[in-house]
Amino acid sequence: MRRLMILLFLVLALPAASEEVVLGLSKDKVAITATFDGSEILVFGAVKREAPISEEPLDVIVAIAGPTEPVVVRRKEKRFGIWVNTEALEVDEAPSFYAIATTGPLDQVLSNVEDLRHKVTIPRAIRSVGAPRSVADAQSFTDAIIRIRSDNGTYALQEGSVALDEQTLFRTSIKLPSNLTEGIYPTRIFLTRQGKVVSLFETTIDVQKVGLERWLYNLSREMPLVYGLMSLAIAIAAGWGASAAFQVLRQR
Amino acid sequence: MQIYLPIAEVSVNAFLLLGLGGIVGVLSGMFGVGGGFLMTPLLFFIGIPPAVAVATEANQIVASSFSGVLAHLRRKTVDLRMGTVLLIGGLIGAALGVVVFNYLKSLGQVDLLVKLCYVVFLGIIGAMMFIESLNAIRRSKSGTPPKRKKHNWIHKLPFKMRFRTSGLYISVIPPVIVGICVGILAAIMGVGGGFIMVPAMIYLLGMPTKVVVGTSLFQIIFVTGFTTLLHATTNFTVDVALAVLLLVGGVIGAQIGTTIGTKLKAEQLRILLAIMVLAVCSKLALDLLIMPSELYSIGAVEGH
Repeated sequence: MRRLMILLFLVLALPAASEEVVLGLSKDKVAITATFDGSEILVFGAVKREAPISEEPLDVIVAIAGPTEPVVVRRKEKRFGIWVNTEALEVDEAPSFYAIATTGPLDQVLSNVEDLRHKVTIPRAIRSVGAPRSVADAQSFTDAIIRIRSDNGTYALQEGSVALDEQTLFRTSIKLPSNLTEGIYPTRIFLTRQGKVVSLFETTIDVQKVGLERWLYNLSREMPLVYGLMSLAIAIAAGWGASAAFQVLRQR
Repeated sequence: MQIYLPIAEVSVNAFLLLGLGGIVGVLSGMFGVGGGFLMTPLLFFIGIPPAVAVATEANQIVASSFSGVLAHLRRKTVDLRMGTVLLIGGLIGAALGVVVFNYLKSLGQVDLLVKLCYVVFLGIIGAMMFIESLNAIRRSKSGTPPKRKKHNWIHKLPFKMRFRTSGLYISVIPPVIVGICVGILAAIMGVGGGFIMVPAMIYLLGMPTKVVVGTSLFQIIFVTGFTTLLHATTNFTVDVALAVLLLVGGVIGAQIGTTIGTKLKAEQLRILLAIMVLAVCSKLALDLLIMPSELYSIGAVEGH
């Protein structure tokens, strides 16, 4: 009985219980085919609530992340007149893809404390623990990841791109670049009021290679020798084919 | 038309790859170089991960060299005997080179060493060939006949063998040593080694330029074929879709290149190769000397 009381108290204490997200995705599976050239996902939904709409304005944040992987960031420095890689920092977790869409400027929509708790913004999504003592400015290395990946389109911050009607209906579209990697893409939708997260909805998008792409990838991993010999056979056949074709052309 | 590459995991324009393959194929047929030293930086530039670029490049070279060799075989400009001797040396050298490469890798800074290797070797070879062929052109213009090669210490070595196609009767020791040296360098630098092999055959072994191209291609097929298998089984970095796109352009280019090659004079062929080698060398040297626009680079974690 006492446990139930505590549970009830906890549920009531959470503001999340009063407003909930009902989500729709234009697709929850992305198939990478041989002619895959990026994709776009339409994220839309409604806010379900039992109480009347609060006075405080509602904001929505949509965050889609790719599978995380450890990476090494290297920095070049001039030594003996030439530019060489000197310092390196291993970053334990960096998502291969990260896109955030919001209804307004991110620093107004989400407070620092909530960002720290939920790891929403791009710098928070990257984790580097145990940076070696020799690296004085670990921050500049994680900054470099964000800079390089923002430039090639794998990290994107779209402030104000979520349309919200009557504090109830929201929609946005997230562009997936052509250099997408396979994996499960965790997708989170936050509802915030005055920078505080009032509700969180989580789902996943499945990105997978299909058809010929799938077959080649599996073959290269499961039977590498067969795959290697196949590559060589194709090369030899193509070389012979071109030579034979040109001989026929010359004789005409 | 965009194509998604299954191993490289990037999407690239198919026609761009066909074109790149074609250009490198022409050079391959003309000069007897695999073209790896040219293609690999180009692939980096269009966003292919370096490991995939190096491995797939080897596979593409097999195709264009094979195409080129068949064209040369019909003209009887391949010295199979010399090619086999060089290949034996080359395989020994490649095995030694892998050991050296792994040792350097354990010390770190292997990337820098590879680049410095490129700059030094391309610079020396390019400059030497350029000066020599310029002199040869000047001589042929002024009308003085080229000096007949004199017998030197190389001809006093034992194990002599007759290489009829090259018109040589020399000891097998120099070709084997050349093969070993090229093999070591090829393994460290990740290329077929044609651009070192061709000048070595011309200047060290005294082979006629016309025979050199076909013989070099013959030897490259085996070295790069071996490399492709190694990469496919140990690093899983050969992208067959990328290779097919490159080699379709490459094999056609190689046929065209061989035709162009037979129409040019030997000195002209050598001076063109020298200019190309020097151009790649200066590009690499500038990369090392000029401050890069992005000081940081992202790489995969090894050994996880």
